[in-house]
Amino acid sequence: MSQPSENKNPARNKAMTLIALALFVSFLWWAQSHLDGYKIRIINLIAINAILGLSLNLIYGMAGMFSLGHAGFMAIGAYVSALLILTPEQKVAMWILDPIAPWLPGIHAPFIVSLIAAGLFAALFGCLIAMPVLRLGGDYLGIATLGFSEIIRILITNLTPITNGPLGLKGIPSHTSLWMSYGCLLVVLICMTRLMRSNFGNVLRAVRDDEIAAKTMGVNTFSTRVLAFTMGCFGAGVGGALMGNLITTIDPKMFMITQTYSLLMIVVVGGLGSITGSVVGSVLVTTMLEWLRFVENPVTVGSIQIPGVPGMRMVIFSVLLIVIIIFRRDGIMGMNEFSWDRFFSFCGRALKERGAS
Amino acid sequence: MELNMFMQHFINALGLGSLYGLIAIGYTMVYGILRLINFAHGDIFMLGAYFVFFATIQYKLPWALGLIIAVAGATLCGLLVDRIAYRPLRDAPRISALISAIGVSFFIENISIVIFSGMPRPVVQPPALMRAFSLGGVRLVPLGIMVPVISFVLVGALLWMVYRTKPGLAMRSISHDIETTRLMGVSVDRIIALTFAIGSALAAVAGVMWALRYPRVEPLMGIMPGFKAFIAAVFGGIGSIPGAMLGGISLGFVEIMSVAFFPDLSGFRDAFAFILLIAILLIKPTGLMGEKLEDKI
Repeated sequence: MSQPSENKNPARNKAMTLIALALFVSFLWWAQSHLDGYKIRIINLIAINAILGLSLNLIYGMAGMFSLGHAGFMAIGAYVSALLILTPEQKVAMWILDPIAPWLPGIHAPFIVSLIAAGLFAALFGCLIAMPVLRLGGDYLGIATLGFSEIIRILITNLTPITNGPLGLKGIPSHTSLWMSYGCLLVVLICMTRLMRSNFGNVLRAVRDDEIAAKTMGVNTFSTRVLAFTMGCFGAGVGGALMGNLITTIDPKMFMITQTYSLLMIVVVGGLGSITGSVVGSVLVTTMLEWLRFVENPVTVGSIQIPGVPGMRMVIFSVLLIVIIIFRRDGIMGMNEFSWDRFFSFCGRALKERGAS
Repeated sequence: MELNMFMQHFINALGLGSLYGLIAIGYTMVYGILRLINFAHGDIFMLGAYFVFFATIQYKLPWALGLIIAVAGATLCGLLVDRIAYRPLRDAPRISALISAIGVSFFIENISIVIFSGMPRPVVQPPALMRAFSLGGVRLVPLGIMVPVISFVLVGALLWMVYRTKPGLAMRSISHDIETTRLMGVSVDRIIALTFAIGSALAAVAGVMWALRYPRVEPLMGIMPGFKAFIAAVFGGIGSIPGAMLGGISLGFVEIMSVAFFPDLSGFRDAFAFILLIAILLIKPTGLMGEKLEDKI
């Protein structure tokens, strides 16, 4: 159980948080000017994956709803945002297969507005979907949300006048900077922490742990779940929009079920129901996926050249997922959260043990 | 639409539907016993298609031998999946087994891309199966008749096994109450393994016939038929073998007929199955022939 631990030393903890934050901000500032584009992109991706992981964790880890539809909501967010920030000229030039819908080129909005719109659209769809399917339990919910995510993808592929069909959208202005993605992550983190400490967080945990007991206590479990699902979808939409802006091209194939699987991996590695866990999971999984690219490239050891194996990356990835779920089901953090008290008592114990031995 | 045109679509739908049904049986049996969506099942189906492809096209073995190799190979893979990825998690929360299933499915797809390469490969159909003949104005090929016939024979044999033999009795008993069955001296793990073996063998047969019908194989060919077969199993009522077949055939008809009558919708073909799923879950969550599963308090 994650409960807000009694704050032993509030002044110290506040100071530590501020110091950590300042260190991190200076790291970002340094990274911005010193690292190459590829590395900055990965650091960006970590923040975006953390936002997406957190939103999935809200639905799955904290509210206990097994949803496999995240890729679909990301797709909605990415397309809404991209269609809003592309300039009319770009849009008119891009549609080749079918003529563009006449009202579409006229719509234009700044990046921040497009982000919020992306979240709202995804939340709207999420809410509409949640109403019918949340009556289902457990794995039926998983397969139904997966179905919806596929339907969304098929719609995007076929509604060519609005989405440019299978060709996707290109040349999206790249607004996702380190400040933007980490700013969004910070907002999401603050919202999530406050949410889970509020009464709503308690209700959510109660619904997850024992739905029947929660119902007996007078909780409207259905509306609680719909609300949590909708909020999770908002996060997915924002994350999808940031992702689209980072990569600058989007097409329907980007949002296949594989995308949901990697988010699931982040949440499971970090620990279901732990906010810290999702962030840690995102750092680990994102860097690991990039680092694993080396097995796909030829490696030269001394004079022997080992040929790279295309596709090996995902094989290792899936094996890791199975191994983690079989041998360490709770992930890294379990359901615990990071706190300075925990951190210092851990350090204290480690020091003592070293002194004793 | 003319009658013989309609009959053509009818035979087509029956063929596609019975293939969905064969795959769906594997889902429905495993779900009935373990309450687990075996996500890897569609990939076992794909492996069946690949095994027959390698046996007959690459190594020029006769098709009958290829079929046996495919069934044996896929059964072995199904057993391995159960042993490695599902058995350690029998006592874990169900959602863990589900994630493990997703991991296995992902693994089989990607290792197949590595080993078989991601390129689709053409399957050379045996000419004897493709010799067209005309029956009352309807143009048919032997394969079109063979697929539903073989499927129904297999389902008949399976029903006999489940309702008339001891292992079948044990299977039905496990699906009711696994602990009591264990106390009755039934080797539960062995019966579960048998269930996986049967499901995988049927999926392999479906894979072979699929490779003959849509003459090519590719590593990701199992994903969509897999999902659709699961939908068919839910539609027919999960846990019920005749229901799985019925669900599969209904789905085959929905897909073929909707595109036949409304050709404009062909791009949305894959969406129909999912819409059907959500509709049935809302109207009758237990499916056409399913029993009601009670939530235990």
